[in-house]
Amino acid sequence: MSFVEYGDTIKDGDTAIVFLGHESMFPVKVQHGTVTQTKYGVIRHSTDLIGKKYGSKVTCSKGGWVFILHPTPELWTMNLPHRTQILYSTDISIITMMLELKPGSIVCESGTGSGSLSHALIRTVAPTGHLYTVEFHHQRAEKARQEFREHGVEHLVTVTNQDVCRNGFGVSNIADAVFLDIPSPWEAIGHAKSALKAEGGRICSFSPCIEQVQRTCLAMEEYGFTEINTLEILLRVYNVRTISLQIPDLGKAAEDNSSSGFDSSNPSQQGSPCANLQQGTVQFKSGVPLREVVGHTGYLTFATKS
Amino acid sequence: AMEGGPSARIREGDCAVLKRDEVFKAVSVLRRRKIIFEKQWFYLDNAIGHIYGTTFEVTSGGNLQPKQEVEETTTETKEAGTDNRNIVDDGKSQKLTHDDIKALKDKGIKGQEIVQQLIENSTTFRDKTEFAQDKYIKKKKKKYEAVIKIVKPSTRILSTMYYAREPGKINHLRYDTLAQMLTLGNVHAGNKMIVMETCAGLVLGAVMERMGGYGSIIQMYPGGGPVRAATTCFGFPKPFFDNLHEFPLSKVQSLLSGTFTTETLPAEPEENALVEEESNGLTEEKQTSLQETEEEPTTEATMEINPIEEQDTMDINAEDTEFKENKEKENKENVREKQIKQWERRKKLIEAAALLGEKNADGLIVASKFHPTSLLLSLLDFVAPSRPFVVYCQYKEPLLECYTKLRERGGVINLKLSETWLRNYQVLPDRTHPKLTMSGGGGYLLSGITVILEKGKSDSSSSEALKMEEPSSKRCKLQELPC
Repeated sequence: MSFVEYGDTIKDGDTAIVFLGHESMFPVKVQHGTVTQTKYGVIRHSTDLIGKKYGSKVTCSKGGWVFILHPTPELWTMNLPHRTQILYSTDISIITMMLELKPGSIVCESGTGSGSLSHALIRTVAPTGHLYTVEFHHQRAEKARQEFREHGVEHLVTVTNQDVCRNGFGVSNIADAVFLDIPSPWEAIGHAKSALKAEGGRICSFSPCIEQVQRTCLAMEEYGFTEINTLEILLRVYNVRTISLQIPDLGKAAEDNSSSGFDSSNPSQQGSPCANLQQGTVQFKSGVPLREVVGHTGYLTFATKS
Repeated sequence: AMEGGPSARIREGDCAVLKRDEVFKAVSVLRRRKIIFEKQWFYLDNAIGHIYGTTFEVTSGGNLQPKQEVEETTTETKEAGTDNRNIVDDGKSQKLTHDDIKALKDKGIKGQEIVQQLIENSTTFRDKTEFAQDKYIKKKKKKYEAVIKIVKPSTRILSTMYYAREPGKINHLRYDTLAQMLTLGNVHAGNKMIVMETCAGLVLGAVMERMGGYGSIIQMYPGGGPVRAATTCFGFPKPFFDNLHEFPLSKVQSLLSGTFTTETLPAEPEENALVEEESNGLTEEKQTSLQETEEEPTTEATMEINPIEEQDTMDINAEDTEFKENKEKENKENVREKQIKQWERRKKLIEAAALLGEKNADGLIVASKFHPTSLLLSLLDFVAPSRPFVVYCQYKEPLLECYTKLRERGGVINLKLSETWLRNYQVLPDRTHPKLTMSGGGGYLLSGITVILEKGKSDSSSSEALKMEEPSSKRCKLQELPC
């Protein structure tokens, strides 16, 4: 296993995802002789995990079961230990596409933070690209290095512990794309420009506040970036539910039922409303939005150096 | 390197994209070929050799000339009003008539100068607020200063272009939705992907870009052959097509039930082959030109989005007549060529069947005009456990059904029905706000992860899974939100 290459069986040293149920999972480092506690009981790595296929159902000591999943950057994002606020897959996906990343791309990123985006970037630029990521917080930089080693992607990434606003990315004229998620991105635009290839490239800056965006856009213009474009992407998740709504009693006689407008001839039809006039309800499937959703993560500003 | 792609400089024969403001058009870079874009015609000859991203101006005779970086003419008197209380719309503020403007244009006066003249001849310009002046200039520049940028094709550009120009051809798949699909599907180098799409080959191209020539793709297609008009626009290097396979949807059932043999394929009679090519002209033609030596460059017709089908049908009819005329002379040669083509097609089919038969694909991407349920229930059998799949549908309702059926089938977890909203912003000093319009619909996605399907137990396990995964309304807490 590695985060950039699928493997079929679980091996000693792998990072695997234990899936307990709806939106409930956690990562586990597979090691001979180790046990992991879950609410369904104990998982013994040597017997329950190592040598089994990814995607297997594993029965825990109390008789409950879990699925063991192959790690992906998306699963990692949902389960990683937070050292900072992180970027989630919805933002990551538009960043990846708008920066035009693909195998072979050279990317600069700052800050590394908890490495949520870093894993996704590495996955996309592998096997011939490279990520230069800059983190000014010493401990976070060190932790990121360790995770990249454990996930088998250290050859695809260089972590530098310095202040990107003062010292830049530590590379010049080699990047196809630059990504900034720092409090004052406008102070790093000049460094971003010199990190990008002479023939051009793409830049993206993520900021939660509009004032940050305004300063960043001005700085981008000042440094000659073009096609400056700010956008926001929001995820809407729907629960799939079977809903029944009661039919009101309008005092109509039973013989009117036939002309009530509901097609009760094929009540088992999927998707179409199903009238059960005896019980006085209509059933249907619906995609129900969650009661509370994320309304804002950050503004994404993209631009081109040409 | 495999991922190569087009070089930084515009070369003859390249697939490129023209950009004017927010309007894109994919073209093939050919000498002495007239291009019509945004009501202007020109030749691309002079663009050859320049770096991608260069901005050009159209000069007389339809020539392109790199635009000089001009210092914005902010030297003019910075006179402006504060409000519009005294500005009356009498329709007479512009002293230049339509005929005057036309005369200026006919004289070949540069757009920049026309804009300057319009400003000078506007009696209300100086009374407008600074912001209104800015807006006025921008609007006039857009109309009279015809600058065209030539950019390298990418998923970003082509998916934006298709969504704006031909949304019907890609089932209204908005570019941010496509971006989600690539991420949710963990599309990357080395994968063995199954792609089933009826989005003109745009989704296939996006997957190919992300895989950079590493790994393999099996494209499932309905009808006579896969449509790859949009795929062509990416201008992928030849090796990217070495591990691109295709398999007809109509043979999926026989492959799954084990009755698929190459013997069941009819030895294609000539008429049959022609019919197939007709419905599938572009693809076959492209493929052939890729397999054989590249004797003729891609015609512009293949790059245009609009007239592809008609164009190809015509070509084929012409070929047909020609074929009949030269029958005696070339009959032997043609038959032999057909046999080779048939044999190659058959060989590719067998290869694709073998790849699918291993049932170990690393992911499944579906984005089609068809109802997704039956596609998913069949195609998921070819996917390895612990791999992501993503289904796009323009409408939510079919995905509700698909969700329910997948639950009944079992072998899938972490099912998620979602949609993304995209909002663009105008960011200008003191004038920052969301753009006036946003797209109303970019489609819906159903995604999930495969797990080992326990045969025989599927019923009980699926009810357990249902219990386990059905979110109860009480548990709708913020920490559970997938962000």
